[in-house]
Amino acid sequence: MSMQQDTKIQSAKPKNSAKLLKRLNAFKAWLYLLPALVFLGIFMVYPLIDVLVYSFEEGYNSASQTSFGTGWFNYAYVLHDPYFLQAVKNTFIIVIITVPLSTLLALLISLALNSIKKLKEVFQTIFFLPYVTNTLAVGLVFMIMFKKTPYTDGLINMILAIFKTGPVDFIDGPYWAKMFVMCFYTIWVVLPFKVLILTSALASVDEVYYKAAKIDGTSRFRMFTHITLPMISPMIFYLVITGFIGAFKAYSDEVAIFGTNLNSAGMNTIVGYVYDMLYGDSGGYPSYAAAAALILFAIVFTITVVNLLISKKTSIR
Amino acid sequence: MKIRFDGLTKRFPNRNKKIKSEVVAVDHFTFEIPDGKLVGLLGPSGCGKSTALNLICGLETPTEGKIFFDDDDVTDLPAENRGVGMVFQSYALYPHLTVKKNIMFPLQNLKGDQKLTKEQLEAKALEAAKIVQIEELMDRKPNEMSGGQQQRVAIARALVKMPRVLLLDEPLSNLDARLRIQTREEIKRIQNTTKITTIFVTHDQEEAMSISDLIVVMKDGAVHQIGKPQEVYDSPVNLFVAKFLGTPPINVFTGRIKDGKLLIGEDTILGKDCVKDTKDQEVFIGIRPEGFLLREDKEKNGKLDGKNGVFHADLLAIEVMGRDTSVVFSHSSSEIEGTRLRAIVSSDNQIDPESKTVAFDVNPKKVFVFSKETQERLL
Repeated sequence: MSMQQDTKIQSAKPKNSAKLLKRLNAFKAWLYLLPALVFLGIFMVYPLIDVLVYSFEEGYNSASQTSFGTGWFNYAYVLHDPYFLQAVKNTFIIVIITVPLSTLLALLISLALNSIKKLKEVFQTIFFLPYVTNTLAVGLVFMIMFKKTPYTDGLINMILAIFKTGPVDFIDGPYWAKMFVMCFYTIWVVLPFKVLILTSALASVDEVYYKAAKIDGTSRFRMFTHITLPMISPMIFYLVITGFIGAFKAYSDEVAIFGTNLNSAGMNTIVGYVYDMLYGDSGGYPSYAAAAALILFAIVFTITVVNLLISKKTSIR
Repeated sequence: MKIRFDGLTKRFPNRNKKIKSEVVAVDHFTFEIPDGKLVGLLGPSGCGKSTALNLICGLETPTEGKIFFDDDDVTDLPAENRGVGMVFQSYALYPHLTVKKNIMFPLQNLKGDQKLTKEQLEAKALEAAKIVQIEELMDRKPNEMSGGQQQRVAIARALVKMPRVLLLDEPLSNLDARLRIQTREEIKRIQNTTKITTIFVTHDQEEAMSISDLIVVMKDGAVHQIGKPQEVYDSPVNLFVAKFLGTPPINVFTGRIKDGKLLIGEDTILGKDCVKDTKDQEVFIGIRPEGFLLREDKEKNGKLDGKNGVFHADLLAIEVMGRDTSVVFSHSSSEIEGTRLRAIVSSDNQIDPESKTVAFDVNPKKVFVFSKETQERLL
């Protein structure tokens, strides 16, 4: 019945009813989106705006909800804080070393995994195990392996001794040694996910391309550079972009190895600095934390945009 | 260049590991493909024709037997040294490269003295593109082209090195019906221009018949018949070949030879003169759809002599095609009970669709008799 009416109205005033239908559909669309929008609004948009506001409020106190005034003071303080600058330096070193290295290593491991036939699943499982292991547990193991105590030099130093070097205190020793452990650990932790993604990407390249290339006398190296790499490049870009973002947000890995007092260890990261400003021993400064968080956001945002621009330029399809 | 197979065999281990016996994909191929011909490798799916192609191009190594290109034994030669060009069923065009770069890809693999300059590369690519008439598409990417155009690019890429043999795996299967007819003529034309010995694989008999100089009919890894398309159609060696070629398919009946006559049910199909020197036995009788000649009028006028070549069947339907008419009928002696059989008669004939039965004369040339045990052709 209503259908009939609808068609009647449509035939009588086609323009009007079409407009009405469009508006009704738009209304329905918003209605369906409403639950998600409400949650996103309360738990994401509102806090984001709040953080932005805090970052400009001088000496904001969350308990009394008061502040002394507004301005760039928090940013100026954070940018002149040597702890923050150290954290930025650490973060950048970790990002620049671990992201390319872990992606490259993952690619090599995936290629190896892809080319073996026997026990392929077993090896894939082994390489994926670190991913399901807790970060703190892995960190503990790393610490024990690298730590030098009055009683023992640790496993790594024992190995180094064979090559007549060391011992080096990797946990409480010089900066480069600590950074080495940190990067080593970060790469080890992020590797399994990348291996998983890349092995499936490699497996998804149609075998027929390699057959065609083989008949045409293509060398294995050229097959890799001219067929495999372009075909899996979307996945590599995905890994690089998420890798950058993840490495910039590193914090728990540092805690796992060097403990919570990262500033004194000189191994703090930007996120660690934000945490310290909020809850640490020197904490209680939400305004500084907010400013630091927004600086981190600006860095990550810029890098991601640059990444996307590059990937678009070299994109294959 | 001619290609010769000598006892070529490929066996695969059974996919179900519990079964010990091997699958024979190619079973003792021994024949020769003459130089500069277009050869269709024809058979139902899973008969080993693609494996045969892979053996020729070197992607698979034979279990036993040898392959010769002219007089060179290429059996152990790796694919890249055989001088073959291959067009894959899915074309296998590199999606990230333009048409030009796809075509140039094989040339860029050349090393040492054979290495080409950029100008030579471009010139050769253009030459190959001209053969398949895609010069104006050189800067497109594969996904910006139709299936037919992609097919041409794939052929150009296979031709650019001027291979000794061109292989096409199901070249038309990914195209729509109209494009299929166009492309098969195109393949014929390209083969005619280049004079390269070309082998293509298909399960579509019409495709194979229409453009091949020679067809090789395969089943279960074994070659059943080799010959010119018309020869194979007109004198199939066994029931399989007879059934496999021809659309609509051949009509098969169970019948018998008795006293030198060929009988289906009570109807005498061929008289005494036709069946000689053959002992009385049960047989399969195949009659091509065009082998039936309508007898409607004679019967009505009572002029039937009833001596030779009359065949009665139950009329089911008349399908008018314009050029000719298809008479659909059933017969109690058809090989598989209740099959809808088909005769194609001239559209000049007026058939009463209401009548229950239909009577045919039979053209003896279109009747094939096969042994019931071996399914081999008797006459």
